Amino acid sequence: MKRRDFIQQLSAGSALTIGGLGLQSFVQDPKTTKITILHTNDVHSHIDPFDPNDGKNANQGGVARRANLIESIRKENPNTLLLDAGDIFQGTPYFNYYGGELEFKLMSMLKYDLATIGNHDFDNSIEGLYTQLPHAKFEFVSANYDFSNTIMNTHVKPYKVFKRGGIKIGVFGLGVKLQGLVDKSLFKETKYLDPIEISQDMSRILKTEEKCDLIICLSHLGYFYKNTPNKISDLNLAAATKNIDLIIGGHTHTFLEKPTIVKNSNDENMLVNQVGAYGINLGRIDFYFDRDKNKSTNGTSIIVQ
Amino acid sequence: MRLTHLFFLLIFLMFSSCKEQKPQLIKIEGQQIQITDSISFNEEIESFIKPFREHIDSDLDSVLAYSPDTYTKDDTELNTAIGNLMVGIMFSEGNPVFRKRTEANIDIVVLNRGGIRAAIPKGSITERTAYKVMPFENKIVVAGLKGDKIYDIVEYLVTRKQAHPILGLKIILDKGYNLIESSINGEQIDKNKTYYVATSDYLYNGGDNMTFFKPNESYENLDYKIRNAMIDYLKKVDTINPKRDDRFIRK
Repeated sequence: MKRRDFIQQLSAGSALTIGGLGLQSFVQDPKTTKITILHTNDVHSHIDPFDPNDGKNANQGGVARRANLIESIRKENPNTLLLDAGDIFQGTPYFNYYGGELEFKLMSMLKYDLATIGNHDFDNSIEGLYTQLPHAKFEFVSANYDFSNTIMNTHVKPYKVFKRGGIKIGVFGLGVKLQGLVDKSLFKETKYLDPIEISQDMSRILKTEEKCDLIICLSHLGYFYKNTPNKISDLNLAAATKNIDLIIGGHTHTFLEKPTIVKNSNDENMLVNQVGAYGINLGRIDFYFDRDKNKSTNGTSIIVQ
Repeated sequence: MRLTHLFFLLIFLMFSSCKEQKPQLIKIEGQQIQITDSISFNEEIESFIKPFREHIDSDLDSVLAYSPDTYTKDDTELNTAIGNLMVGIMFSEGNPVFRKRTEANIDIVVLNRGGIRAAIPKGSITERTAYKVMPFENKIVVAGLKGDKIYDIVEYLVTRKQAHPILGLKIILDKGYNLIESSINGEQIDKNKTYYVATSDYLYNGGDNMTFFKPNESYENLDYKIRNAMIDYLKKVDTINPKRDDRFIRK
């Protein structure tokens, strides 16, 4: 081993000790880390709660309420990530008037960590999206939109890696096929790449190169298409890939009663979740990590409610 | 010197053995949390939104025109006053744009009954009314269709028996909903002629199973939202006067 590496290891080791993972924690109570993932999708500019006279969703949703809910969860667990699976734009006059400025500013105030891009986020054209980027203090990921010949080039990464409580979390983004859904004059030269191939690449990179402990896909592909079951969807993506722990979905406005447990291509359990639309629900997934080898041999238990 | 080395080595070994204990995922818990009125507002967020909301509200609540009555899409069978008003607006506001681009005129307008999302209530009509009636961002598009495709439209309308709003097209059914006659602006439908049919981009793309817009002879997206056409029209008129007529009836 080279001396430089040796020193790096040492300093990393001492950092860990400062962080509370000293000798004692190895001997005594094993360290468990909880990572909380909060997520929304298809909020569609629903900044205010639904009208009390709304037939279906009266008094539900609202950013100011979501803010307090998120704040209380963050207080309970600082190792929290807040994600959005796209279609932030379009749906109320707030978007028609301010072009998404308010949506991005509010999401920044709520300390969103990351979002992916939905088809409606192109509604004011790719320039309209680009114009609003300075109002977002969070980043965007999309691995299967190739923006290289557009104004968005370099502004969207395929993935982002977070470190929370010593756990490495890799999040990559996926977008829905734009052709036929969005006018070409709006998405311009944005190229759509095959989600399955890209996801296989992404999960490999995040697992083996970035050495992530937790891999999340932020998808706007849609949950599942009953009438065209072979169309790429979150459920089909889950079955065709491995090493992804959670797919957070959007697009189909699917109000799942609880997150769906599905098998990946390795026949391992994983989760697919989507929280409908309009900020009516917040998804919450807690991941518990253990560093004690003896305790961790029983596999992962998944509880959904 | 040796002792120091040994010391570092010991620490290193200890650390590397820890490092091998990669965090193992042992448990996952998932749930949906409903955001209901039992959660209080965050004051900072609320006060940030307030001026924007007030600006939009004052704008949306300014009166554009007056409605002498309440009009809904359920008022009458096969054609309704509100439906006729909507396709009338699509024609009156959309045709000048289409003519400027193509030097042709819109012959027919087809909209879907379901696309009218709210009633126009008696009294003041505001921009908010337009947002409620037409919350979608649908734009006016014009497809050039041969006469035989117009027969497909007629057949669709006859079998659906719904008040899908139309303009330019006349359809007469008998009491048993069988087609007696159909015409375009008083003339027989010419199978070989190209007619310009205005609709929403939603329907053009097959919404409500309207599959007759593709393939076509020509396509023009006016980049003009139906809601904006509605607002532009309402700014021009003082009192609206929508009427049910004999364009699509049973007799």
